[in-house]
Amino acid sequence: MLEHDVLIIGAGLAGMRAAIAAKAGGANTAILSKVHPVRSHSNAAQGGINAALTDRGDRWEDHAYDTVKGSDFLGDQDAIEVMCRAAGKSLIDMEHMGVTFSRDDEGKLGTRNFGGQPIARTFFVGDFTGQALLHVMFEQLVKSGVQSYEEWFVTSLIQDGEQIAGVLALEIRTGVLHAIRAKTVIFCTGGCGRLFEPSTNALIVTGDGMGLAYNAGAQLMDMEMVQYHPTTLAGSGVLISEAARGEGAYLRDKDGNRFMEKYAPNMMELASRDVVSRSEQTEINAGNGVNGCVYLDCTHLGEALIMEKLSQIRELGIDLAGADMIKEPIPIRPGMHYIMGGIKTDIDGRTNVPGVYAAGECANVSVHGGNRLGANSLLDTIVFGERSGRHAAEAASGMDFIEFNESAVVRQEESRIQQMLDRPENGDRWGSIRQDLGDSMNKNLAVYRDQAGMQETLNLIPGLKSRYAGVPVQNKGRVFNTDLVFALELGYMLDCGEAITASALERKESRGAQARTDFPSRDDDNWLKHITVTKGEQGVELGTLPVTITKWTPEERKY
Amino acid sequence: MDVKVKIRRYDPDIESPVSYWEEFSLAVPETATVLDALIQIREDMDGTLSLRCSCRSAICGSCAMRVNGHAVLACQTKASESLDSEGIITVEPAGVMPVMKDLVVNFDPFWEKIRTVEPYLQPQGPEPEGEYIASNESMLHLSGVTACIMCGACVSDCTVLEVDPTFLGPAALAKAYRFTADPRDGNAEGVSQRRLEQLSMPSGMWDCTRCNECVQACPKGVAPMDRIMSLREQAMDVGLGNNNGARHAEAFTELVAHSGRLDELRLPVKTVGMFNIPALLSFVPIGLRAMTHGKLPPLMHKSVANVQNIRRLFNKVNQSR
Repeated sequence: MLEHDVLIIGAGLAGMRAAIAAKAGGANTAILSKVHPVRSHSNAAQGGINAALTDRGDRWEDHAYDTVKGSDFLGDQDAIEVMCRAAGKSLIDMEHMGVTFSRDDEGKLGTRNFGGQPIARTFFVGDFTGQALLHVMFEQLVKSGVQSYEEWFVTSLIQDGEQIAGVLALEIRTGVLHAIRAKTVIFCTGGCGRLFEPSTNALIVTGDGMGLAYNAGAQLMDMEMVQYHPTTLAGSGVLISEAARGEGAYLRDKDGNRFMEKYAPNMMELASRDVVSRSEQTEINAGNGVNGCVYLDCTHLGEALIMEKLSQIRELGIDLAGADMIKEPIPIRPGMHYIMGGIKTDIDGRTNVPGVYAAGECANVSVHGGNRLGANSLLDTIVFGERSGRHAAEAASGMDFIEFNESAVVRQEESRIQQMLDRPENGDRWGSIRQDLGDSMNKNLAVYRDQAGMQETLNLIPGLKSRYAGVPVQNKGRVFNTDLVFALELGYMLDCGEAITASALERKESRGAQARTDFPSRDDDNWLKHITVTKGEQGVELGTLPVTITKWTPEERKY
Repeated sequence: MDVKVKIRRYDPDIESPVSYWEEFSLAVPETATVLDALIQIREDMDGTLSLRCSCRSAICGSCAMRVNGHAVLACQTKASESLDSEGIITVEPAGVMPVMKDLVVNFDPFWEKIRTVEPYLQPQGPEPEGEYIASNESMLHLSGVTACIMCGACVSDCTVLEVDPTFLGPAALAKAYRFTADPRDGNAEGVSQRRLEQLSMPSGMWDCTRCNECVQACPKGVAPMDRIMSLREQAMDVGLGNNNGARHAEAFTELVAHSGRLDELRLPVKTVGMFNIPALLSFVPIGLRAMTHGKLPPLMHKSVANVQNIRRLFNKVNQSR
């Protein structure tokens, strides 16, 4: 049987960083991903990575404060301190690995402005920083010689009681189901954006790790905190980087007014993302937009700057919306982008399930709280990817493999999958169930929320789950049966959607990304706490956990 | 907008599988990409259709395939601009790599070649405490190459790989250039001597025939062929001239500088060497074939009129280097 001390599920930035760290820690390490590592969604991070470098007069404490404030004081400050302290070294490590970061006139790393931070501490490669980092991390993965299972999909976890014993995984290329024994498993599977429609997220972002961990007893936390990015392109809904505003772009209403002066007179377009998205939505709702959009105006930035620093998003505007940002403002709107919530971990990546770790977007350490600052996500993946890999390797060195009957677990899982394949045609499709879920989430759990809307979504989910239980899989074949993979993913999306909606209904206040029209203010007395979700016998069980506050007491948030 | 999408399909699960065409008729929005159409087919019409796709914004590199005969990213290709006169969009799997199912090809050979070029930075000196100091221009230049998303479009349409699977190919060579051109890789002067030596071996940089297909196919403007030409310059600059490719380039230049046009009879002789009898004999069959087809170059090579102007041009270029 295949066996590894540390098995990482997901090969984006967090996963590969974890794998490299675990291997360096002496563990027999493998990484498994449903796509080739360089196809991972870390690619899509455009604007940059934050770090406070002391040699240019920045302070990690300032970065931490901005992050705490950005989180609307819901982030755990001990974790935020860990991340911001580690940022400088992590950034320089990435540069040493070969990332082609933009430079200043002296040849040192250059910075750009980013939202929610009064000083420029975002380091970048054009407007494709995530891709640049991901490919370099893949180079390091190749160099490290970590075993890599590419285009494998985890269908279930194997547990001995609570303790993780291994995973069952489908080799997509052959359709063969494998059991892999593992002492520790690290989930680095990314977010769950596809359960919203539209979303900036790639089609692979389906909450697999959150769903698997939740079903294995792990606690999810802050699931109601879903980030709507202020600038997603009209029509297709793809991401237009915050780097545009970082470089000086304006937001304008249909009459050309820079409406952000009403909402964030100091930071204007560079207020935190939740604030900017709410402002846009308020304007659109008031009839000051056009076709549900407002405008992102880059025309004053000049062709040279756009071609050097924003060329990729310019191409996207031309290809997908027929608008060239050099010549005209482009239509944008808030769109689902990121989930701050995820599998609850400590600062070393440990979850409440023995042997299970998590890092990156699927995890919640929690450094983002109610709202993530732009360019903190790449940092999160690298810092906590490394920590989880290191600590999982350390833990595994003192553990034995847990025995289980390989052929029995494989047979059992094969028969579960065969039952899915054998379902009779009933005219329903997984795509239409996902669409119904996505439409409802985007209608009722978007920038503004209220009780009635969210309840409507929560009421819809049991019906979707029962449709899911009978949805046929048209492709009965073995090789590259993506139809089957999508059907399996939808199960995770439904679980995540339920957790998000239940948590959002529970939080009776407005904080960070959760803006309730029926509870419009922040309520520190009652809701300065995390909401947790675990799977109970009756389904979703909600709980709370305190927020860790070290240096920064909650205050009114203004930009 | 009504479109017909004609897809080259292949199902390895059936007995004696063969590829076949299947046509789907559907209505898509005016702004739809070819990928949008394929996803619509997969979700609403035929769940057995397999393809790789993910980001929908030309950054993950999953959906390279041939649309109307040329490799593209399906997510970057507008359906409305891909219709032929009968309203049909023709979609096939990427070329060169073996098909596994429908539009999914086997990338193993692709990644093997990427591995061959040792695709990670290899500085020879000690690491600085802070970042390496480097000019923004050098980083911008490299970013033009690291913009490669490894989609395989260039490999799909490479005319050398089509006939010689051992060729490293445009993606791996562009990847290699990303290191040889990096001031942080190699020695203190940024020279990656060992890499250039390995890349000068057969199946390496000198095997490109400069057909330009990879430049056309690349969806990210990486222009792999131009990077291969830069590799050749780097190799010759560090004295790696003792191979057929480099000698061919030298001989080509020398002959044109001498008479103003190529002396096709002397080119192979100068490339392999006057006394390299086995190599020279290997040209005999091709020479005979050329002769019987009336394509043998004239035995007496004449200079062009006013050849001194050509020579002046060469002198000028040489002086400016």
